[in-house]
Amino acid sequence: MDLVSLEHVGKTYRLGEVEISALTEVSLTVKEGAFACLVGPSGSGKTTILNLIGCLDQPSSGKVLVTGQDTSALGRREAAVFRGQHLGFVFQGFNLLPVLTVYENVEYPLLMIRHLPKAERGAAVTRVLEAVGIGDQRDKYPDQLSGGQRQRVAVARALVGKPALVLADEPTANLDHATAGMVIGLMKQMRDQFGTTFIFSTHDPRIVSQAETLYTLSDGRLVDVRAGQAGVKEADHD
Amino acid sequence: MINILRLAFKNLTRYKRRSILTGLLIVLGVGAVIVFTGLSDSFKRLMIGQITDSMLSHLQVHKKGYVASIDNLPLNLNLSPTAYQRLAGMLKAEPALAGFAPRLKLGAMLSNFETTTAVRINGIDPEAENLVAPDLKDRVSGREPGQPLVGRGEILLPEVLARGLDLKPGSEVVVVATNQEGSVNGLPLKVGGVVASVMGPGGRDGYMHIDDAAALLRMNAPEISEVAVRLTDFDQLDQVAARLKAALGEFKNPKGMPMFELHTWADLAPFAHIARLIDLMTVFIKAILVAVVLISILNVMMMSVFERVREIGTLMAIGTTPAKVAQLFLAEGFILGLISSLAGAAVGVGTIAALNATKVSFLFGMGQQIVLAPTIGAGTVLAVCLIVIAVAALASLHPAMKASRLEPVEALRHV
Ligand SMILES: Nc1ncnc2c1ncn2[C@@H]1O[C@H](COP(=O)(O)OP(=O)(O)O)[C@@H](O)[C@H]1O
Ligand SMILES: [Mg+2]
Repeated sequence: MDLVSLEHVGKTYRLGEVEISALTEVSLTVKEGAFACLVGPSGSGKTTILNLIGCLDQPSSGKVLVTGQDTSALGRREAAVFRGQHLGFVFQGFNLLPVLTVYENVEYPLLMIRHLPKAERGAAVTRVLEAVGIGDQRDKYPDQLSGGQRQRVAVARALVGKPALVLADEPTANLDHATAGMVIGLMKQMRDQFGTTFIFSTHDPRIVSQAETLYTLSDGRLVDVRAGQAGVKEADHD
Repeated sequence: MINILRLAFKNLTRYKRRSILTGLLIVLGVGAVIVFTGLSDSFKRLMIGQITDSMLSHLQVHKKGYVASIDNLPLNLNLSPTAYQRLAGMLKAEPALAGFAPRLKLGAMLSNFETTTAVRINGIDPEAENLVAPDLKDRVSGREPGQPLVGRGEILLPEVLARGLDLKPGSEVVVVATNQEGSVNGLPLKVGGVVASVMGPGGRDGYMHIDDAAALLRMNAPEISEVAVRLTDFDQLDQVAARLKAALGEFKNPKGMPMFELHTWADLAPFAHIARLIDLMTVFIKAILVAVVLISILNVMMMSVFERVREIGTLMAIGTTPAKVAQLFLAEGFILGLISSLAGAAVGVGTIAALNATKVSFLFGMGQQIVLAPTIGAGTVLAVCLIVIAVAALASLHPAMKASRLEPVEALRHV
């Protein structure tokens, strides 16, 4: 089943008199359980697509469907609720709350957005912290962690509410190469463990190899969709 | 709700120095308002108490027109004994009164057989006078306990005059007065005591028995210049005064004009203006406090929003609704206001307690030593705190709305 589908999506930004076309006629689908990667040089439209899928922005033309729902009809509040219910986010700059501990950061979506009872929160947070391998760091604050550890916390925060889809815009851009590979590996492991669909973007060719589906963008157009090396490998097993 | 407050509190600790400085400003403001209110209230109460309890009483009734020329002590504006009887009958029926006392006021010459000087005298009924001016007896020195306020054949002299003429309790004097018909009469009297001066009208008057005063003025029965009236509850003054005024309006002279006039202590004592000025200053200082809280909280919360744009974007992206983002910032301002106003109240109340413990005194007017015993009601402290907290929340409203209106995409791009 298609978890995400973009139909003839266009996005233009207005900068005063000038109209900048960020996306032109983009149509794509992402299957449930996919481990998909948007590649393309800087300015090619990766962030714009992720923002549209993430209900953070609305297309200028065309349609964006996420879990079957046309998200362009959602107001500010409904969009926030939708994101809280169905989506998880991992950011380039980790974006953890500095005043909260690792545990509290991961607990935040369950506490402030889902309003779950304490026992349920505790179980879910502990489980996901163990899954990303930082169960022993739970009482530390973000500034006491390395970049790789912080991104693990961010992945845990994205996953704790059991979303259908996690969106990660250049999640490795602030990490060294080894750590970057580790974080992508972790995300894939989480996909395997929880069945969550992942869409991430990068312009780092060394990361791309881990993707199963590759969407290549250039100047706001989708120029290529194919199975990545990881996907090919899997296909070879069949 | 608790969770929002908890997170808001944690966010306040992020910029410790800034939060503490802002809080300190509010603490100082709240403390100052409480101390000032306590001091000014106690000063006011002290002065009003002195004026009403030791001479004026709460309100006074005269023959119409008397107060306008009260400085002359006009004998032709006295109430006749029958008029006074009618007035007394009416006052007796009024349940809100602790008592009333007739006074016969006159200007006279006082001689110690060497020097002669002018003196203002109140002829009083000692029993009744105790009811309307209960502190007068404490101002009088040189009398034995158990003696009436003033006996027949005695005069109580104001201390400035007694000192000037070198008169002591027991000294012999002669008082000479001219009555309404112009005939002069003298009366030998014994100094029965010396009256300490107080601020306000009548603060330097002498006293004699009302029957002596009537005899001095060759009246068959005492005429009455003034009726002092004291209420059981001072706070009821306005209502009771209005009621009495209406009742007095019924009494007309043969020409159909009102017979009596009524004045409250505030109409008679210039200190009432000072009291009103003090109230105005209290309001003014509270307004400054409100402005300080408003500006400092607005400022600090605006800074918080601007510094946390990307974080706000993150919170919204992961599903926090705009309303909840607004609540977070409102809660921050609220907590800052709450904690600092409570600390300010503690500082204010503590300072007042310290002032009471050290018994600070100062000189006011004619060498009167005034010991300040500031008190502040729990209600006032609570009101000040509530105002500050409300203003703090109000000041956070604009930054909070600003935060909640941020577009997550733009906010996330913010560096
Ligand atoms: N808010 C904006 N206003 C104007 N132009 C924008 C805005 N956001 C993105 N763009 C433009 O849209 C194009 C695609 O940007 P983006 O999606 O951020 O690319 P990528 O993430 O692949 O680097 C770029 O040309 C960029 O300059
Ligand atoms: Mg980008």
